[in-house]
Amino acid sequence: MSLRIRILEKETIDQIIDEALGVLQDPGVRIHNEEALELLAEAEALVDHEAKVAKIPEKLVRWSLDQAPSDFDLYTLTGKPASHYGGDAVQFDPGSAALTILDSESQEQRPPVTSDFVTFVKLVEVLPQLDAQSTAMICTDVPAEIGDLYRLYLALNYMCKPIVTGAFGKDTWWIMKEMLEVAVGGSEELASKPVAIFDVCPSPPLLWSDLTCQNLIDCARTGIPSELVSMPLAGAAAPVTLAGAVVQHTAECMSGVLISQLAQEGAPIVWGGSPAAFDMREGTTPMGDVGTWLIDCAYAEVGKALGMPTHAYLGMSDAKVVDAQCGLESAGGTIMAALTGINMISGAGMLDFESCQSLEKLVIDAEIIGMTKRLITGVEIREKPIALSLIREMGHRGEYLGHPHTMRWFQKELYFPSQIIDRGSLDSWKSKGRKTSFERARDEVKRLVVEYEPSGLAPEVRDELRHITERAANKFGMDRLPALPRE
Amino acid sequence: MTTDILADIKETLINGDQKRTVELTKIALENGIEPMTIINSALTVGMQVVGDRFSTGEFFLPNLIVAGMAVQNAMSILEPELQARHEEVQSAGTVVIGTVKGDIHEIGKSLVATLLSCSGFEVYDLGVDVPNETFVAKVEEIGANLLGLSALLTTTMTMQRQTIEELEKAGLRDRVKVMVGGAPVSGEWAESIGADGYAEDAMAAVRLAKRLVQ
Repeated sequence: MSLRIRILEKETIDQIIDEALGVLQDPGVRIHNEEALELLAEAEALVDHEAKVAKIPEKLVRWSLDQAPSDFDLYTLTGKPASHYGGDAVQFDPGSAALTILDSESQEQRPPVTSDFVTFVKLVEVLPQLDAQSTAMICTDVPAEIGDLYRLYLALNYMCKPIVTGAFGKDTWWIMKEMLEVAVGGSEELASKPVAIFDVCPSPPLLWSDLTCQNLIDCARTGIPSELVSMPLAGAAAPVTLAGAVVQHTAECMSGVLISQLAQEGAPIVWGGSPAAFDMREGTTPMGDVGTWLIDCAYAEVGKALGMPTHAYLGMSDAKVVDAQCGLESAGGTIMAALTGINMISGAGMLDFESCQSLEKLVIDAEIIGMTKRLITGVEIREKPIALSLIREMGHRGEYLGHPHTMRWFQKELYFPSQIIDRGSLDSWKSKGRKTSFERARDEVKRLVVEYEPSGLAPEVRDELRHITERAANKFGMDRLPALPRE
Repeated sequence: MTTDILADIKETLINGDQKRTVELTKIALENGIEPMTIINSALTVGMQVVGDRFSTGEFFLPNLIVAGMAVQNAMSILEPELQARHEEVQSAGTVVIGTVKGDIHEIGKSLVATLLSCSGFEVYDLGVDVPNETFVAKVEEIGANLLGLSALLTTTMTMQRQTIEELEKAGLRDRVKVMVGGAPVSGEWAESIGADGYAEDAMAAVRLAKRLVQ
């Protein structure tokens, strides 16, 4: 029996959906993309081309929600189903697009380079708790203009798990699509067994930029799944009440589903987001805030009520180093998201809001995820009677360690953490060097990286990926790509 | 009577009762209190209290912004009266601000713009996705002494450099201080593109702006 929580009453969900539909009718959504405005006008939304605003009738939204698939899979690079979007499936991938990496030795943030991201991809590949890769950091040893596609190029060379990614441009999206096709052997293969999902982010409040809207349309038309990342900032660019922020989120996501389904009926699309309860002292967007968790869980429940697969950016921390705040915030968000049954939970490794990745935090978060996955499987009844006959048999003897019943069930019942979690005695902890969890995580990173095994991607595929990426780099003044670290 | 009204204006300002602040400002004028007295003895001191309470953590951003807007609304009533008396309030500086071309991120930039207004700057917010030449033209048109450029993407932060180059070409670079901000932006980046300063958040941006115009 899996463990789930529900935080909204059904009437509240209905009210939120009703009000979001009302928002789409008036004031409508701002759309800075001509193609999307055309699609909406043809579908008889009220489009003001001058103001770039679309006022959307309810029946159009309802139609699009019916068209969008309620579930689909992402596949490994070798064509096996790996991540299921839909229902109450719960899976995890790292937070994406960090601008910095927390240096393992100095614990200072610094710009990431090729070798950092390659190590990161290897770790994600090795960590069983993580279900998917993400283009987790932006390498600074290549031109910024190819920052998005270069991440995908690196990941494809080392990964087997599916990947959550995103494009920073309209043109680079097409290059990224070409890379994915090369990696899986063609456009039909990519559409039938997608290995990647693209984040597409509306801007709060109620705005689709040209770039992200085009990515949404292009994904739909080519059968590549996309993930709506609506980010109401409660109290700043959205109502301060948590339910109010969810109304805005619902309206933004509904508009995204509609645009995608108008571009291609049945296109796979995910109800996701990265909201934040705006910090009223610092003017920042805390990802570890309890209000943020609640907005995320509430919008996911609305998405589920509408039959949509779900996603959230949770399990991140606003701390600047891997400390107690970091553990508290990451664990809270991760547990809440999993209990809500969110299909893809993105955030592992991420610090400093959504801007810094840390290898050490990644392996600590893997522990949080491992415990959380165990948590949501709940307390199971393995046999009946549960224990009456066993306890009668044992009487008052506490000798269960040697009993076959223990041997039979202990590995299924208990979660076994890595060396990061210290459960030894005080003396044992002292004799191992009095290490903090951060120091143990640093050891664990070193141990795990050497466990990585190459993905088996064909050499000619690697060459082709390199050519595509190098061609793009050439346009922006880089003759040769940085060398790939050896596997 | 005079001191009562002035104390009430100050009190409503601190309490965030925007409407009442404006009403009381009108009543004060009708009672013959000089506009400069209302500014110096009620609005400025009230705003000072709000700022102090924000610094100590007792007040939050909405308190600060609501009070700032109340002062702006009160000033719109007082300004014609000041003009009639050939008096003027010294502005802290004139700022052009916006998010660079290709970037539509609004919140950080708008927060900085609002806080600068609250701090006595005259602010021209050009919005988002602002072409380089629009920044340059506005700086020239109003003779701004500060330009704030926001960029939230690694792909758009290069526009900050380009805008500074355009300012140089237009011969305006010496007349205006340039401050940059946004998630991927850093002090090193600011230095490398020849900006005059970088602020990591809105409060720091206000401190930086004050320092740059001194």
